Order: sequence, then structure tokens, then C-alpha cells
Amino acid sequence: MWVVDPRRTTSARFADVWLGLDVGTDIALANGVAREIIDAGLVDDEFVEHATEGFDAFAAHVEPWTLERTAEVTGVPVEAIRDLAHGYATAPTAQLMWTLGITEHHTAVDNVLSLCNLALLTGHVGRWGSGLVPLRGQNNVQGGGDMGALPNKLPGFQDVADDEIRARFEAAWGHTIPARPGWHLTEMFEAMERDELKAVWVIGENPADSEADINHARAMLGRLDHLVVQDVLMTRTAQMADVVLPAALGWAETDGTVTSSERRVQRTRAAVRPPGQARKEIDIIADLADRMGADWGRPSAEELWDELRSLSPMHGGMSWERLESEGGIQWPCPDEDHPGTPFLHGRLWERPVGGRRAPFSCVDDRPPVDGLTEEFPLRLTTGRALDSFNTGVQTGQYNSPIRSGEAIDLSAADADSLGITHGERVMVSSRRGSIEMTVAVDPDLPVGLAFTTFHFPEQADVNQLTCDAWDPKSGTSEFKAAAIRVQKLSAQVHA
Amino acid sequence: MNGTPVGTPRPLVGITLDGKAVKVPEGSTILDACRREGVDTPTLCWAENLTPVNVCRVCVVEVEGSRVLVPSCSRPVEEGMVVGTDTERVRTSRRMVFELLASSVRMDRSDADVLDWMDHYGARPERMGARDEIATVAQPVKVQDDLYVRDYERCILCYKCVEACGDDAQHTYAIATAGRGFDAHISTEFDVTLPDSACVYCGNCIGVCPTGALVFKTEHDMREEGTWDESAQEVTTTVCGFCGVGCNLELHTQDDRIVKVTSPADHSVTHGHLCIKGRFGWQHAQS
Amino acid sequence: MPDLHFGGAEPTVAERAAVDAVVADVGPAIVEMTERLVYAGRTRAVERRHLLLPALHALQRAAGWISPGGLDHACRVLEVPPAEAYGVATFYHLFTHEPPEAADVVHVCDDIACRPLGAVDLMADLRAAGHHVRPSPCLGQCERGPAVLVQRTGGDDLTVTSAGVAEVSVAIDRGTSTASVVLPQAGSTDLCLLARIGVVDPTSLDDYLAHGGYRALEAALAMGGDRVIEEVAASGLSGRGGAAFPTGVKWQAVADQLGRPRHMVCNADESEPGTFKDRVVMEGDPFSLIEAMTVAGTAIGAEQGWLYIRGEYPVTTARLANAIAAARSAGFLGDDVAGSGARFDILLRIGAGAYICGEETALFNSIEGYRGEPRNKPPFPTTHGLFGEPTAINNVETLVNVLPIMLDGGAAYTALGTERSSGTRLFCVSGRVNAPGIYEHEFGITLGGVIEAAGGVTDGTEVRSVLLGGAAGSFVGPDRLDLPLTLEDTREAGLSLGSGVVMVFGHEDDMVDTVRRIAEFFRDESCGQCVPCRVGTVRQEEVLVRLRRGATLDDERELLDDLGAVMRDASICGLGQTAAGAVRSALDLGLLEGAR
Repeated sequence: MWVVDPRRTTSARFADVWLGLDVGTDIALANGVAREIIDAGLVDDEFVEHATEGFDAFAAHVEPWTLERTAEVTGVPVEAIRDLAHGYATAPTAQLMWTLGITEHHTAVDNVLSLCNLALLTGHVGRWGSGLVPLRGQNNVQGGGDMGALPNKLPGFQDVADDEIRARFEAAWGHTIPARPGWHLTEMFEAMERDELKAVWVIGENPADSEADINHARAMLGRLDHLVVQDVLMTRTAQMADVVLPAALGWAETDGTVTSSERRVQRTRAAVRPPGQARKEIDIIADLADRMGADWGRPSAEELWDELRSLSPMHGGMSWERLESEGGIQWPCPDEDHPGTPFLHGRLWERPVGGRRAPFSCVDDRPPVDGLTEEFPLRLTTGRALDSFNTGVQTGQYNSPIRSGEAIDLSAADADSLGITHGERVMVSSRRGSIEMTVAVDPDLPVGLAFTTFHFPEQADVNQLTCDAWDPKSGTSEFKAAAIRVQKLSAQVHA
Repeated sequence: MNGTPVGTPRPLVGITLDGKAVKVPEGSTILDACRREGVDTPTLCWAENLTPVNVCRVCVVEVEGSRVLVPSCSRPVEEGMVVGTDTERVRTSRRMVFELLASSVRMDRSDADVLDWMDHYGARPERMGARDEIATVAQPVKVQDDLYVRDYERCILCYKCVEACGDDAQHTYAIATAGRGFDAHISTEFDVTLPDSACVYCGNCIGVCPTGALVFKTEHDMREEGTWDESAQEVTTTVCGFCGVGCNLELHTQDDRIVKVTSPADHSVTHGHLCIKGRFGWQHAQS
Repeated sequence: MPDLHFGGAEPTVAERAAVDAVVADVGPAIVEMTERLVYAGRTRAVERRHLLLPALHALQRAAGWISPGGLDHACRVLEVPPAEAYGVATFYHLFTHEPPEAADVVHVCDDIACRPLGAVDLMADLRAAGHHVRPSPCLGQCERGPAVLVQRTGGDDLTVTSAGVAEVSVAIDRGTSTASVVLPQAGSTDLCLLARIGVVDPTSLDDYLAHGGYRALEAALAMGGDRVIEEVAASGLSGRGGAAFPTGVKWQAVADQLGRPRHMVCNADESEPGTFKDRVVMEGDPFSLIEAMTVAGTAIGAEQGWLYIRGEYPVTTARLANAIAAARSAGFLGDDVAGSGARFDILLRIGAGAYICGEETALFNSIEGYRGEPRNKPPFPTTHGLFGEPTAINNVETLVNVLPIMLDGGAAYTALGTERSSGTRLFCVSGRVNAPGIYEHEFGITLGGVIEAAGGVTDGTEVRSVLLGGAAGSFVGPDRLDLPLTLEDTREAGLSLGSGVVMVFGHEDDMVDTVRRIAEFFRDESCGQCVPCRVGTVRQEEVLVRLRRGATLDDERELLDDLGAVMRDASICGLGQTAAGAVRSALDLGLLEGAR
């Protein structure tokens, strides 16, 4: 196991090799690895010929990424990059697994594509033991996409701009659907700034704590004419709301489904009654429909699911009964005799190839937007701790023995040069804001890198620091790369 | 190279089980064969989601040609094997294992089937002598945080928690067997408290403990208060609300409150194992 | 390996140096190449795990205990979880995990052979003289008790025999052990296995060569592995550890595992109470064992030999270490054994006070750096032995028998002994005899003959019982003195020769206490893994204590029977399976009737 991460994480400690690349140099590393695989003759030529397209252009594109140049850009030694390339290419099976360190960048989609290129070069995709594995950060972020909670998709990842598809939904729903894609979250905040978006209904999200450049985000939420928040707890966003709709917990107080990282649709079931005035989200939404003059009735979870099956071919074979008895099914599952699909890209091995060939992508290394300067010399990256979750709305409610609270981790060398000791309170500033934090010296952190979680906004409002530059392809902000300055509190007072 | 390795049907092996000729798939253990044939076989250290350690010896059976009894949980069947599960020797050994354990360990909060087996085999632990005159593992209960209680007076040293903490699930290795012989016990290094150890509070040790030595603090407190009532509890299977792995949770509820969380051992996603958030991060459902 | 967690304790300079020396050849598990590149992982940790036991020894010797800082350092260097390492350290009697009370710990054998020789009083006297005393199970010096092992901090351990307070003090002051014993039969032309003992200089390879040393290896290399195994099979040699498994069959099974790394392991963890034969062989003729292991290793295709000796034999260990080093520098071990092109070398591994590690699979776990808990069998060591690889494991006495077989052929060897028990056998004679010691006799000598050869029963007493085969064996009465000591005759009588123990008790001996001490031994030495043995041995000892305090035997008989049944039938290994044997035989002989 190789772990490529700017920090020597817990996972890195399990690894045979840890490569501590510079934050935001993932594409450079992937291109360098690809070039070495090509250069060393380790390409799975048969697979490339059979199942991919654009190889020649890709080979030409990565040609400048010699091991030396890659090492220079990424900060890791030449030998290690070569070993990684050879190890990955020659392994009988190999998986590339990643999480938000790849996707919370302004090059999010390109980062992913650069990894896809490696899987295509080597044929490590679509078969047992090999593949591309994005580890989802939330229990139903996949399910949200399944259900069409994307600005350009209808349920089942069907394109809203496709007239034929839209017509089917319009027939089923008895209403016209705008053909124009909507806004994603980041675009919504931009629309708020332009006063084009004046009313927002937030369901189960805490953007007033979780957005990058949070001061800006809070200001935008504050500009709204009307803010409705539907949530299980009184989050910071809910505190800003004009109307709060208390909701039942999805996983413990509601019948329904969620979809996990591996596209497995599973049943959630109500085990306890929602407290006080909290209501099931289906009921809240249906009630609102009533007030708006529609009559949606009070559909059960199963009835809603059956409607989805009738409209989303990938879910068509997943009857409620099968979900109960089989402990979950992986989509696509088009009909009731279909067992579900453990390997999404198995079609690439079919002869002839099932569907279209997989394209190589020529993607370029582009450094983080928030550049390091003398004024902001340290790179701050954020991440999670095992026992906590996101802004701590839920995990803040239980008393974890392994929780140490919020701190900014600094390398020993950086702490020394700043004259800062473990446990000291400091001022941390970025181009967007300044907050006080406690320092934890992490002897394994490379020089120039700082780290913090974002689970305790009441202790340290970390997203005042983060950068809201975002990837135009995904809409994701670059949480993982902020430029910061750390100052002793006393120095700050005198400055 | 493509697709899932297809499980070819395993050839069948013929054995004699309590005088009856039966066929079981090659590679099955004797215990598998017993379960297929409906032969109730007691187990303590065996669990379907852990590697057999065969230390409790309560599942022993008599195999023709073997000088001693053999542990059914780990011995694979062989063609022509003649197995007796209810011979005098087997009954004596099973009864004695229960008597030896129950004379040194408090067993009263064991899983229900354990108590049934003790009754079935006629265990009379009291004949070993009065508890204050014989060696026992009596000791104070360890309460070192708000999540776990370790009551080693109830520990039968089945090794399940060590396996779940280590190679079979969590790979954290916070606990191991220390000491030797009757003094062998489950311990952190130098018996440091759990919060000072490598423990990551996944609770997988609690999930596999068969005797109530490792329990949720909620359960411990309710038992101390006298409010723990399994007959009034319901179990609902759902999916964890945190990350995208899709671990199944069994929410044990009493009086409309969650009192503990387990996970089905036979589910393909995590085979009964969870992390701290799934196991303990449900307080927000109580407020 | 995982994200290990360490406390705040730091190692001392001495502890750090001690551990670092252990890994000097292979380097630590985690290598930080640069600030951005670290090599670690499971493979590197697994490869180093077998160094945990040597590292623990190094820490114990450096500091007098396994301290939290020292243990953490070993765990960091070897990538072993501290809880596991603590579990290993606390498994062994000779490792302590509390700060030492004294630099020298005086372990006094109070086991069944030394007890009648005043061991209990000696402990009191030594304590009165200011020593830090710990009672010990059998120290393997039964012919010259009471025996003492002085475990020293920062120096070599010492063996003191026929010990009194003065002897112990002198030994500590001078830092010297008692000299090795003279063999009662020394110089006898009838000797086969013991012929060189007392004759050859055990520290000199040259002298060994001058006394016929390494001719067996020369013959073996000339005939090749297949022939070697054929000759061993033809000789009828069977294991002398107690189970009497045919050695040739075992070797062939390992040799058949082509294409897999194979191991040759010598079990020198002689710890059976009353047993000291392997010590005498290894101290008096250490090169013979090294040569025999080399014959075995090259024959079965093993490149690595492991010699596992109990931790209570400092003198023996030094002799073996010297012999291995000398053999290596002379080319009898290494990449080209005696110019044959074969590769074979031997690592010496030292136990730390655990009888159970004489059980072959427990011994493997101990070498591998785990707790010395036996594994379930099958699978057997010939296919799944040390590190899960094919392994031939033989004890010392079995192996040295291979030398005459190589020199004279398997057929000639069968001329010794009886038809079904070929060769000679070493007997550890102690107790109420005039000349206790190790004796070599052909199979077939009677029990009485063995006692007669040891000068007969001590004047003024007569045989009340004889413990045959060790604590895992049985008591026999004087009516059995005509029993021929062969595998077949003992088996027919429901007995076992075990490790060759013949311990004679007279009417003056407190048999209830002796039997209770045996029960205590099994309780102390149970590894604790399986219920029948872990709790059964405790309950058995409790019964014996109750009997000694005047309980009525008839009230305890049913419980003793049931305990014996569950331990014999349901224990994982031979320790539990035999833990009730001596008690049972004592009961049958009426030796427990005398309880008040």
C-alpha cells in the first residue's frame, strides 16, 4: 500500500510507502507517473487498444513530465515516483482510492481525470481487485445524486437538457420542467451576491459553518429576503433563518433509502419517534406542496421509491422487497432479475467494448489559487478527525474520549522558527480572515504545512481562513489549500 | 481477467455425524456440518466474523481415531470422518468447561444461549468450592470514559475482543492477552487506561463479547440502576448516518431511546464491525 | 503496520542501546528517507517480529526489567503494538515489568527434586542474607540440587548448584557459575551419545574434530539428503521428547515440501521437572548438537536452523553460542557448508522462563515474537511450522542420535536396544539414589536396572515410588522395578518414558506435598489459552491443597476424575492433556491416602 498525502496520516502509517507531496500537485504526480509507465514500457497495450481512446495525444501531453520535473514540482524524490509508477503498473491488481484531498481543489475534476488516466494505462479498472474508488464523505451524497439533487440532472443521473428524458418526467409528474440547468451551491452564493437569488430553503446542510470563506458566505445568507432551514438540530444556519422546520433524523427516525460509496442502495428504518415538533421530511415537503396548492397526498417511502424506479432505469430492478431481503443492491440494476453491478466499468473488458471507449484526458497541473507569499507563507490544509463529522452538528453531541478539540498543527521547524510552543494560542490569518487558535506541534508534518480539522466552529471558525476559489467543473471550493500566516498573540498586539 | 471470480460449487464430503451419513461442502468445519444438520453445538470463542481461535473448547466433539476430543469450530471435515457430538466424553468436557468458567467468572450476563447450554449440560460450578475459597477473576469494574465499561470479572478470555481489535477487524491492537495461566487477562500495555491507549473506540470488542464483560456505558448504567430490560427492547436495522461506507446499524431501543448499537455480523459491508461514530455517535438522536 | 500509539515514557541510554544492537543488522522497521518519504508497512514489521524476544532479553538485562520506555522503544524500532509486546513480555517468568528491587534476582528451584534437598529452607536463608529471592520451577540441575539461577542486571546470569548461602554469595562476587558436572559414566566404552562428554574440551572445535567431530556431517553430505533420511528411517530412531514420533518420517514430510522455505528447529527448551539430560549433552559436547542440526538441515533442504534453549541455562547457552560461532568461522555453517555448496546456518534463541515453550508450536510462536501459546493441530509443523512454513523440529537427544546413524548406518543402529525401540536412551536419575546423574542405557533395561546403575537406592530407605517420565509422566510403585524400559513395554503398561526422568522417592518423602507441587507446577506453567487447562490446573491444585489440609479424599475423588477427564480430553496441547497424569497415578497408587 502506498499513501500519497501531504500529511503522514493514520492511513499513511499503515502504508509500505508514504509520499508526502506538496499540496495541490496531484496532477503533476499523476502525469509524471503516467509518463514513467509509458516510458518504461509498462502500458497494458492490449487494454489501451481495446477499450480507450486518445492515447497518442495523452502520451504526447505527459511527455514533458520527466521524473526529474515531477520531483521538482511535487517535492518527492525521483526514485519514489519511479517505484510508485512501476509498482502500480506491474501489480496484478491495483486500486486507486481517494477522498476529499483530491476533490476539494479548484482542479477537482482534473485531479480525478489524471487518476483515471493511470487506471486506463494499466487496465486497473472494471475488474475484481482493481478500480477507481472515490470514498464518499457522507452517507448519502451518492444517493443525493441518484435522486437528481444536482442542478443539471434528473433522478438517475439523467440530463435535464435532454428533451426526451424531460418529456418522460413531465408525463409522470404532470408538470413542465425547465430545460435550463439550475445553480449548484457555489453558484447560488454568487447569485445571492448579485441579488438574483433572494430566498433559500436549506435542507440538512449547515452552510453558515461549512462554506469556504465563511465570512463571505454568512454575509450572503444575511442578504436573503427569506431563509428557510429544515434540519434536525438548531445549527448556525438555522439560527439565521426566518423559518425553521424541525425535521426527523434520516437514519434513525425515517423509513427510506441511502446510497453508499459503492452505489449500494440500502434501507434506513425508523427506530425512534422524532422528538417534539420534528416531522418526517416527506411530510414537511408534502405539507408545503399543499400550501402551494398542489395535492401530493402523503406518499409512503415505498411509494416514492416505486415512482423513482419507474423513471430511473438504473434503479428499475430494485424493488422495495429486494432491498429488504438482499441487504442492498448496487446500481445499475435495470430489471428485477438483474443482480446489481459490483464493477461499474466491467463493460470495458467486454468484447466488443460495451458502450463507448474510455477517453484519456490531457489535464494540466495548476497550482492552488491562494498562492504562498512572504505575507502568507504557510500552506493550510483541512481534514477530518476519526470521531467527528463535518461541522460537528451531530458528533458534538457525544462525549468522545479521543477528542482533543480544535488546534492548528504546525511542523516542529515552523513552530521553532516562529518561537511558538505546543499549546500556545496564536493568531492565524489568511487573505480572508483571522482567528485565534491553539497550536499543536506535529513532529511528522513537513515544513511549511499546517493542518486543522473544521469540526468545532465554535472553538475555531476555520472556514474564515479557507479559500472559496472553486472548480468550474464541479463547483467545489478549494478547502484543501489556503495560504496563511501564524503569529504569536503578543507579536500581533504589538504589530 | 475480467469480472468477479465465480464461486465454483464445492465438492461434497461424506461424514458420519452422530451415526447419520451426511454430505457437507469440502472445507466446511465440523461445526458448519453440525449447524447444517441442526445439531445444537455450544460455542463461546467462535464467531462468524472472526477467525476461530478454538480456546474455549466447549464445542469439542469426538472424532473416531483421535486420541483427544477435537474442536469442531476449526477442524475441517474429512471424507469418512466419524463424529460424535453427544458422547459421554463430549458431555463431560462441555459440562466441565462451563463449570470451570462459571466457578471463576461471573456468567450471569452472558448471551441467552450460553445460559441455556449451561443448563442443558447440567453445569454445577458450585461444587468447585465456595467462591471466597477458590481462585476467581473477581476485580473492580473499569470505567474510564463515557463510552466503554470493562468488567473483567465477567471475562472468560475468549480472545474475541483481541481479534476484533487486531487482525480480524480494527487493526488497532490496543489490547492483548497479558500474563499467563490463570493470571492471563486482557490488557493494554502496562494496564494504561483506555483513553491513554491506542483504543479508537470502535466498540468492535463490545460487539463480539459474549459474556457482558465489555458493554456500552449506557447498558452498564441502566443495569446498575435496574432499568435495563431486554424484554422491552426492540432492534431496528438501519444505515449509519455518517460516512459513505454504508455500515448497517442495529439500533437497540428501549422506551423510545437508543440504548446500544450493534451491527449484523452477516452483512457484507462490514461484517458487524463499526467505528466510533456509528457505534456511539447517536446522542443527537436522543436530544 | 498500524498507527501505533505510545505513551510518554522514554528509554534510558542503556535500554536504547540494547534494543538498537538487536536490530543492528537489519535496521528498524520504519525508515524515514526524507521528510517526504517514509518506508514502513506490514512486510517490514513482519520480517522483524522475531527480534522481539531478543529485544526483550536485551531490555531485561540492561535495566533489570521491561520498563515502559524501554518497551516503547523496542516497539517503535520493530513496529510492534505496545499492548502485544506487553502481552509477550508478561508471558515469561524471567521478564519483569515492575522496577527491580535488586540488581540480582536469585531464583531458587523449589520443585520436586530440589525440595527434598532443602530448597525451602535455602530460600529463607538467602532472604535473611539480603538476597532478592524468587521461587522457581525446576532449573534442570536435579542431580546436584538445590539449584539457583542468579539473574543479573547488566551482566551474565549465573547457575549455582548444591547451593547454600555461601555458594550463592561467592558466585555473585566472582561472577562465575558452578562448573559443569562430571558424568557418572564418563569414559565408559559402552557410551554412544555421551562418549565425548568429560573427554572432549567443549569449547574447542579443534578438540571436537580430534575426537571424531564432523565426520558424520562429512558422511551425510557425501550420501545426500535422500539417503540421509533413508538411513534415519532405517534406524528406527524416534523422537526422544515424549511422543516418540519416527524421525525419518518427520524429515521426509518436510523434505517433500519442495519449493517452500523450510526450517530445522532444535527444541532445547528442556523444562520438564526432573529433566537435565539435554543440558549435560549441550554443555559437555555442544558441537555434536550443532553438527547434528547441520546434518538434519541439509538433509531436509532447510537453510535456516533455529536452536531454542530455555532461559535458565546460562552456561549451556554460552557453550552453544561459542560452538555456533566457531562452526561458522570454520565453514561448517553458512553459505557453503563444509564446501558442499549447501547453505545452512543456525540462530540461537533463548527462552525466558516458560515450560510451555517446549511444546513445539508454542516454541514456534515464541521464536516468532508472540506469546508462547500452542497452536491447534492439525495442521502439523511439517507443513505449517515456524512462520507457517514446513519445519522439522527435534529435541536435543533425538538429534545427537543422528551422528552415530550417519557414521555406522541405520542398520547398525538397530542392533542397539530392542526390536521396536532401537538405540539408547538417556535417563535423568535423581532423588533417593546414591549417584544421581545422566545415564545412557540401551532400551530394554529395567527400571530397577537404571536405579542400580545409579548406585542403588540411598542407604536407609527403600523405594516407595518412582516418578517416571517427568511431571507429565506417572508415579509407579516398587512392584514395577522389573519393567523393561522400552516404548512398547511402557505403552502397554499405560506409561511413558517421557523425557527419561527416573526420580526415586522413599518413605521419608512427603508424597502429598510432592504431588501438590506437581499440580502447582502445571498451574503456574499453563499458558492460560484454553479453559480446561487454565482453570482445570487451578482447581486441581486447590484439591491437592485441600487434601494436604485434611480434606477427605472420597469427597474430592469425583471432582479429580472430572478435572482429569476434561484436561486430558479437551485441552489444546500436551501440557493440559498430561496435567492430571501424575496426580491420577498417585491417586491410584494410594500416595494421597497419607494426607492428614
